Amino acid sequence: MKKIINFIIISIFFLNNSNAQQTPAKIQSDPITIIGATAHIGNGKTIENSIIIFENGKITTIENNNNTATKGKIVQAEGKHIYPGFIAPNSTLGLVEIGAVRASDDDSEIGTYNPHIRSIIAYNAESKIVESMRPNGVLIAQVTPRGGKISGTSSIVQLDAWNWEDAIIKIDDGIHMNWPNIFTRGRWWLGEEPGFKANKEYNKQVLELKDFIKQSKASLKSNASDIKNLPFLAMKGIFDGSQTLFINARTEKEILDVISFAKEYELKKIVIVEGWEAYKVKEQLKKNNIAVLATRTHSTPQLEDEDYDISYKNPKILMDAGVLVALQNSGQMERANARNLPFQAGTVAAHGLDKEKALQLITGNSAKILGIDSFTGTLEVGKDATLFISKGDALDMRTNQLEKAFIQGREISLETHQTKLWKRYVNKYKQ
Amino acid sequence: MKKLLLSLLVIYGILNSNAQDYFPKNDGVKTSNTNYTVFTNATIHTTPNNIITNGILIIRQGKIVDVGSSSIAIPKNSIITDLEEKHIYASFIDLYTSFGVQPPKKSKTSPFRGNPQYGSSREGYYWNDHIRPETNTLTHFKYDKKQADEYIKQGFGVLNTHMPDGIARGTGLLVALNNKGTVGERLLSDRSSHFFSFTKSNKSKQLYPTSLMGAMALLRQMYHDATWYEKENSKTKDLSLEAIIRNKNLPQIFEAGSKENGFRADKIGDEFNINYVLLGGGNEYSRIDNVIATNAKYIIPLNFPDAYDVSDPFSANLVSLADMRQWNQAPSNPSVLAKKGVVFSFTTHKLDKISNLQPNILKAIEYGLDHKTALASLTTIPAEILGKSDLLGSLKKGAYANFLITKEELFSKENIVYENWVQGHKNVINNMNVVPINGKYEFMISNKKYNMSITGKPSTPKAEITTEGKKLGTKISYKNDWVSVTFTQPDTTKTNYTRLIASINKKTNLWNGKVVLPNGTETNLIIKKKEEPPVTNKKEEKKSQQKPEVFPVTYPNMAYGHSALPASETILFKNATVWTNEKEGILKETDVLIKSGKIVSIGKNLSSGNAKIIDATGKHITPGIIDEHSHIAAAAINEAGHNSSAEVTIEDVVNPEDINIYRNLAGGVTSIQILHGSANPIGGQSAIIKLKWGENADNLIYKNSPKFIKFALGENVKQSNWQSFSRFPQSRMGVEQLFMDYFHRAKEYERLKNSGKPFREDIELQTISEIINGERFISCHSYVQSEINMLMKVAEKFNFKVNTFTHILEGYKVADKMAAHGVGGSTFSDWWAYKFEVNDAIPYNAAIMHNQGVLTAINSDDAEMSRRLNQEAAKSVKYGGVNEEDALKFVTLNPAKLLHIDDRVGSIKIGKDADIVLWTDHPLSIYAKAEKTIIEGAIYFDLEKDKVLRRKIKEEKSKLSSMMIKAKNKGLKTQPAKKKEHQHFECETLETIH
Repeated sequence: MKKIINFIIISIFFLNNSNAQQTPAKIQSDPITIIGATAHIGNGKTIENSIIIFENGKITTIENNNNTATKGKIVQAEGKHIYPGFIAPNSTLGLVEIGAVRASDDDSEIGTYNPHIRSIIAYNAESKIVESMRPNGVLIAQVTPRGGKISGTSSIVQLDAWNWEDAIIKIDDGIHMNWPNIFTRGRWWLGEEPGFKANKEYNKQVLELKDFIKQSKASLKSNASDIKNLPFLAMKGIFDGSQTLFINARTEKEILDVISFAKEYELKKIVIVEGWEAYKVKEQLKKNNIAVLATRTHSTPQLEDEDYDISYKNPKILMDAGVLVALQNSGQMERANARNLPFQAGTVAAHGLDKEKALQLITGNSAKILGIDSFTGTLEVGKDATLFISKGDALDMRTNQLEKAFIQGREISLETHQTKLWKRYVNKYKQ
Repeated sequence: MKKLLLSLLVIYGILNSNAQDYFPKNDGVKTSNTNYTVFTNATIHTTPNNIITNGILIIRQGKIVDVGSSSIAIPKNSIITDLEEKHIYASFIDLYTSFGVQPPKKSKTSPFRGNPQYGSSREGYYWNDHIRPETNTLTHFKYDKKQADEYIKQGFGVLNTHMPDGIARGTGLLVALNNKGTVGERLLSDRSSHFFSFTKSNKSKQLYPTSLMGAMALLRQMYHDATWYEKENSKTKDLSLEAIIRNKNLPQIFEAGSKENGFRADKIGDEFNINYVLLGGGNEYSRIDNVIATNAKYIIPLNFPDAYDVSDPFSANLVSLADMRQWNQAPSNPSVLAKKGVVFSFTTHKLDKISNLQPNILKAIEYGLDHKTALASLTTIPAEILGKSDLLGSLKKGAYANFLITKEELFSKENIVYENWVQGHKNVINNMNVVPINGKYEFMISNKKYNMSITGKPSTPKAEITTEGKKLGTKISYKNDWVSVTFTQPDTTKTNYTRLIASINKKTNLWNGKVVLPNGTETNLIIKKKEEPPVTNKKEEKKSQQKPEVFPVTYPNMAYGHSALPASETILFKNATVWTNEKEGILKETDVLIKSGKIVSIGKNLSSGNAKIIDATGKHITPGIIDEHSHIAAAAINEAGHNSSAEVTIEDVVNPEDINIYRNLAGGVTSIQILHGSANPIGGQSAIIKLKWGENADNLIYKNSPKFIKFALGENVKQSNWQSFSRFPQSRMGVEQLFMDYFHRAKEYERLKNSGKPFREDIELQTISEIINGERFISCHSYVQSEINMLMKVAEKFNFKVNTFTHILEGYKVADKMAAHGVGGSTFSDWWAYKFEVNDAIPYNAAIMHNQGVLTAINSDDAEMSRRLNQEAAKSVKYGGVNEEDALKFVTLNPAKLLHIDDRVGSIKIGKDADIVLWTDHPLSIYAKAEKTIIEGAIYFDLEKDKVLRRKIKEEKSKLSSMMIKAKNKGLKTQPAKKKEHQHFECETLETIH
């Protein structure tokens, strides 16, 4: 008997402890009104002393609070700030739990051309890292596969769900391509000089990539009775415009080559990802209406001679030139650090961009680039009530203090594995 | 007559001393040639500084019998050559070659792969395979005639060669390039010098050392062990140490290969009273004062870099200003060294081909090197370094008959080297008796008039023949006084050749020969020169030659370098918000005066005196940011070859030319601890430096720096995340025992040391005993609570305190124990989830530790994050509600305390170093930029100056690019554009030295 009780106690403890994930919030039942906050719309505008009402997950009112009638539950937020949920494009959230543990790693597949590989089915809605995004305001992510020349197909999720299916806000939104690199790195471990040199295979690699595109295009016209080639068919969306082609390209020449590539194959919607030299071809990007998901601003310059703040200001230069630009955070420790996305935007503001424009880099602009701006990304009537209240400026770590957050009107928990441990040990020292 | 007799007697004496052979001869009768070879009327350059005009040189049996003015006596049995208008020089010597030696090939697999080799592969030798002082090059040597000819053509008579393999490489041999001699004649010494380097032997895959600092530590330990061995204390036989002892008095040549490594070798030399001769890297000019300070003699390579091919602007972008400048400035290296009085010899080492030597010396001369030094660097200086000035490098009685006969002075563009005599054997390079045939000629064949013009070098002339105003296809060859010319006919539709062959009469210059017509008819022909070639006016030529433009050196010599080192200034900051980190707290509208590198006063309305005034209204002043855990500015980070590497120190490998220093300054960072990596439980010693961008490595390091060492726990030291299973420890359990073992042994070591009995200096155990004695502090890489607690318990057993846990991501779980032990915690603000042991890492860690009374800091371990450490500190306000004043201390005063440098830095306090930052905004805000970063009163970063520098970099690069394109268009060789890079280091980086 004692044994059984022990077992039960242990089980309960274990369940509590291992099930660190937050329970997803219920569907919004009653309207909610937030009064008095400064609303940062996410399109460059603000509304001081605002009133926001949302019902059934959608924003129904947002305006200057001029004795507007309230509805349902009222949240007083005078002196506070409301933001649209921040969006993390090109992320591997939910695909890898612990970087060094291979068993927890699901972000890339073998093979070179994998457009048919779909990230969404591997997305772990209960990842401890995913929930840690929310206390900083990151509420939406594009879950993106890595590796190969064509990595696969991404989907866009909101970060409070029971499983991947519930998490989807846009399924199979885009295909991700790694454009060949005009430079290669010396393999120092083989005794080569470290550093970059010209990639002699570049033209050959580009031709191979183009060949795959040609084959895919031709396959679309195959008879229904033909044997299906899954990778070729998976490319359909980029030709008919239903999917965006995200192309990782870094340098000036690569980006210019991508632009002519897009024209050559009549690709409907392409986005440059990374583009650390995008600022050098801003006119061409603008002219061809190509958006950029910029290199993480918190990165060191690629070259010794470059301005120390080149990655801080690249998005500003692009935005000033009229290019549609948003931030993404791929790179080392990209998942855990995705919660610092607001501060990456803040850094761009520190280096010259207007703060509300900097906010667009992680809200309105991101939604446009991801093709979800019709229903989310800004605080506008008819859009999802995916938003949060912060005590202060959410782009500054000094004042980013979330009090409440909502995803599609559902008030989500701001607790995490980490806040639990925090409280547990704060209490330990009170004992 | 008496005089003559006397000198003949002297000569006889010299010859007699080596006249008796002891070896059999089976291929003929034993004969010896006792005739004299005499050169008269020559301009003899006996040394670079001594010239005899109309001189006489007498040689016999490979040596110089006499040299002097026309008054010296010429023996009767002499063969005399008249060298009127010609010059004689001593042949050259190259101290650094591997002539005739085939070095072992490098294995292509990484030494870390599979189960690395930790032990040595030899018996009876030193425990480390890369120490091979016993190597005798002669056993690997095979005289290579073909290669010898290459050297002879460039003027070399003697080469010092060695087996270029290993850290201690053994003895080199000195060989005369006497193709006709026997091995015994050619071999001048089989132990001419002792060679060293920082690179490992290709003969062994023994892992240690994996780093530059490991190689340095190994050399030091080797010398200590040799000292111990010499006193006959060792119970075991060690042929390597015996060789070290045996080779002690030879010239010690160190292959440094770069200015920085030269300083590193020199540092070791100073510690053991060895003055290495340093093989340089060609960039010595950029730190010339440090080069002078080594007081070393140098061997300088002449491999001036080719221009980069920058014609494609996309890839041209890759080439850094530093590399562009190196192309522009490197040819001035020899002249800078010469002007500063650094003694150096030249080497062909690193040249693509040996024949590049003379052109590159001419280039060095064009860039300001004087002829005398150029000559000395190839003759007297190498001879002196070898201790063989009596035999080599100059023309004097008794020296080897190694000399050059030249047309003009050496290193003039018109010069031709005729002959290179080695040990009395003649090697003809260009025939000096060639009758010059250049000029204009006219001759008739079959009633047709032909005009011929001959130009070019005397022995390889070029000819052009015209007839009836038409140019004919012409070929000429000129050898041994016979000239043959083949030419076509004006009618090019037929392939008809006319052949002409003639001998040249030396006295009359007449061509006397015959013509063979296309149809086979032969006719005799005599041709007379019609017109001599025009005499070129040398002076005019010199005038037209512009001195090449050499860009000025900056400190460091790269982008964002200072044209002059920043100096301490007297500055009054007016009306700032001052974060004092002292009991005064944050002072608003306050002035701060700095002077002579110190903070002089803090208060309201301070009088300026003659201080420079900076209006800081609306701005903030904080102490400079201090990073407890950094890996920038280092040429090595991990010595992963052993599970303990306490003997290595980052101070050996500080790299003052890392651009990350400048970028960190732009983030307000002024001091950092460069920690060893976490590849092993006991890592290496730290370097604590100030980011004085532009200063040399030694000047970056804190004076009287507190002593630190890196320890590490967890996944890295048990090698969990890479496939390696052969090194102890493989579990956290083993880590404890490793520490126990080392601390016990260190105690034993100290007991022995203090006992007065003979003991062997052991750098590793010495370092660890300093920890137990509280003289050296541990900064321990740590993650999970179990191991954190373990190390504290181990320390307590040996009665010392752990100073700092760095990373310490589960510090919050044992903060009470940490506070009780008295250890500080230096953590990441919010990193986690990258490996299993950081699964419970939380961003509230700093706040909890701080609240429990642990001295807490926030560090970077990352070249990017370190430039935003103020923001990382601000996260402690967000996560856990630390007040802002304390949060700033996490990256200023607290790391200063952890590093035991808080008496100098970390707060704005009168008397402390003026290491301060002027911020544009609240220093914890993301919107704050460092406007000025000041160290000891000198401005090292300034937003405004940064703008100017950006512009200058652009201008200079575009100028240099044009120069490179011009060089390319001139047909000079180029190299593809590339970005050179050092490895970027983090805690877990494993670097390799080849």
